[in-house]
Amino acid sequence: MKRLITAVALTATLAGPAMAELVFPNLSYRTGPYAANGIPFADGYADYFTLINERDGGVGGEMINMIECETGYNTEKGVECYESTKGQGALLYQPLSTGITYQLIPRVSADGIPMHTLGYGRTSASQGEVFKWIFNYPATYWDGASVAIKYLMDENGGDLSGKKIGLVYHNSAYGKEPIRTLTELSEMHGFELLELPVDHPGQEQRSTWVQVRQQRPDYVIMWGWGVMNQVAIQEAVNIRFPMENFIGIWWSGSENDVMPAGERANGYKALNFHAVGDDFELYDDLEEYVWSAGLGAGAGDQHGTVLYNRGLYAAMIAVEGAKKAQEIHGVSAITPAQMRDGMEQLALTEERMADLGLAGFGPTFEASCTNHGGSGRAAINQWNAETGEWEVLTDYIQSNQDLIERLVEEDAMAYAEENNIELRCQD
Amino acid sequence: MLYREAGDFKTSYADDSQTFPIRLDRRAYWALMVVALAVVPFVVNDYWVNAIFLPLLIYAIAALGLNILTGYCGQVSLGTGGFMAVGAYSVYKLMTAFPDINIAIHVVLAGFVTAAVGMLFGLPSLRIKGFYLAVATLAAQFFLVWLFNRVPWFYNYSASGQINAPERTLAGFRITGPETQAWATYLFCLVFVLASAWICRNLTRGSIGRKWMAIRDMDIAAEIIGVDPLRAKLSAFGVSSFFIGIAGALFFAVYLGAVEVGEAFGINKSFLVLFMIIIGGLGSILGSFLGAAFMVLMPVLLKNVLVGGLGWPTDLAAHLEFMIVGGLIIFFLVVEPHGMAQLWRVTKEKLRIWPFPH
Repeated sequence: MKRLITAVALTATLAGPAMAELVFPNLSYRTGPYAANGIPFADGYADYFTLINERDGGVGGEMINMIECETGYNTEKGVECYESTKGQGALLYQPLSTGITYQLIPRVSADGIPMHTLGYGRTSASQGEVFKWIFNYPATYWDGASVAIKYLMDENGGDLSGKKIGLVYHNSAYGKEPIRTLTELSEMHGFELLELPVDHPGQEQRSTWVQVRQQRPDYVIMWGWGVMNQVAIQEAVNIRFPMENFIGIWWSGSENDVMPAGERANGYKALNFHAVGDDFELYDDLEEYVWSAGLGAGAGDQHGTVLYNRGLYAAMIAVEGAKKAQEIHGVSAITPAQMRDGMEQLALTEERMADLGLAGFGPTFEASCTNHGGSGRAAINQWNAETGEWEVLTDYIQSNQDLIERLVEEDAMAYAEENNIELRCQD
Repeated sequence: MLYREAGDFKTSYADDSQTFPIRLDRRAYWALMVVALAVVPFVVNDYWVNAIFLPLLIYAIAALGLNILTGYCGQVSLGTGGFMAVGAYSVYKLMTAFPDINIAIHVVLAGFVTAAVGMLFGLPSLRIKGFYLAVATLAAQFFLVWLFNRVPWFYNYSASGQINAPERTLAGFRITGPETQAWATYLFCLVFVLASAWICRNLTRGSIGRKWMAIRDMDIAAEIIGVDPLRAKLSAFGVSSFFIGIAGALFFAVYLGAVEVGEAFGINKSFLVLFMIIIGGLGSILGSFLGAAFMVLMPVLLKNVLVGGLGWPTDLAAHLEFMIVGGLIIFFLVVEPHGMAQLWRVTKEKLRIWPFPH
């Protein structure tokens, strides 16, 4: 009986008419321990697509159909979401979870659907020769690690030898990602790396920060997500760790992460690969076509926050990729394979971003057959608790490309060998 | 009337002690077998297999395993997630070390590895009981997850600490890896489920099962009538872990293809499987299936109805899902504390005498 009801419900949902539209699944999470970060991203992602539909009538005349599916940052639900949406003509997956990304890399490659992991996921997927269907521009985790160390080098007059740097990380594929690069960098620059794992979901960190207090690292870098960020910043405040020596990756640098710690979170730093705030022309359009029309996603209280902007950015890249694909292939109803071509030839220049009403929003980059990882640049932001805003401290800093290229090459080749993948882009 | 046993005569002991003594049950069972083995494989698609059948079948094996230990032998265990992780990591090590051997053998071997680990962690059960044993198995859960996170040998020194299932075949058909056919993975898991259920059923009605139940009902009395608690308890831990290990191996290799130990095999998994057997029915083979079906299908069904059917926002649906599933669990346990299997048993009794209850 139960099976029958499921069957009826499923056929009712799946048997909708096949319309010519661009399908972008939104694998979001608005519940669970990662919801505080998942909600603003999902809102931004949805609002951008709504804007494109309302203002421009879709992309090249094709309306966008965004299918939202709740994953709860859980891989099993992620698989369910992927399977339920892929049959509906999904053009691009952006799962916002490194765990689900690892899950989906083989699946999307087999099914021929591109996946874009905006500054997360598997770093070596930036190697386009091996990872045909995966894109992770504009920057990868290893770029992030390198940029953070480069920034600290500048702070210390170019010398980090004898310093001790702690890495507080989410004990998962996501958090372990930078260790590879940081280990290399520590040998290169002579600093000591202290690894401090925090188990999912990260509400219990007392022992980690007791260790920080005992070992007294000069700097702490954090790879956290969800509730772990808030707890870590609070604990750092509790042990009076100097906030300006505490640097988070771009996923540990949103308003929701620092707000709970109040005044004393002042001075906390985080990386970012796009601009913050709502001082962009695009925001006027969002106001006019989306929010005031009552079409905004979620509660509408996240506008202009770091992760809302990142959601906009992810959706913007999806739309730009679709435009590029339409341009290359001369059709408006593109297939996932054509979408992939668009993503691969995407070039985000200053002029293009200015045209979109997002002047200076992110670093420029140009994807190619071999490069799916972007330019690898990120800026350092600092939290100002008084004004409640992130302040941009530096320009976009270029990561150590020699080192990262070597590491990516190693990892990608190992993957290619393991899975018998033939290299592309050889001519 | 509809459901009756009139005219169903047993003329031998074998007839009398068969699993389905009523003809109608037998027919329903065989019909289900025909549908599951001969019809479903031809009609399933990726969604049905990957989102519904695989989790259902795999959790059913895990629930069967835990039911042996908790339902039949009375030893409460919170280590299921950890033991599933042992199965997953053993199958991964075996798959990568011996790529030419077919996957079915690896899965069974992973079951044996888990059985050995399970018996090791079952040793404390000889001295401690009840809640204290639950805490001891909880330690196993945390220790195992920590171990697989900590020792790089288990994940072949991969940079991310994840394990990924490479492509492996059985008789030329791909069973693991991304390019599998829906029907192949479905049938592969189904065969394991059927074999597990058949073994469990026959173990639990034989002498070893009776020993387990004697220990469960009163261990001192069991010892006095000649049941060796060491053997009974350890064999329950071994058999239970064997099935849980197979479930873990299939969960990783066939269903997910890539896992992260903390997320996939955390304490939540232990509770999930424990809830399955409590809701389904402790000490019942059918209960394991009903419990797994309830916990796997209910959320998917609710999601499809609320989001797909009614078009509600996904977060509202996800919250409602928690509330409805939680409410139903309480409802079922209030109505029938012995689980859905008992509910079915009572229904059956009523149907047999309907419409003349006296």
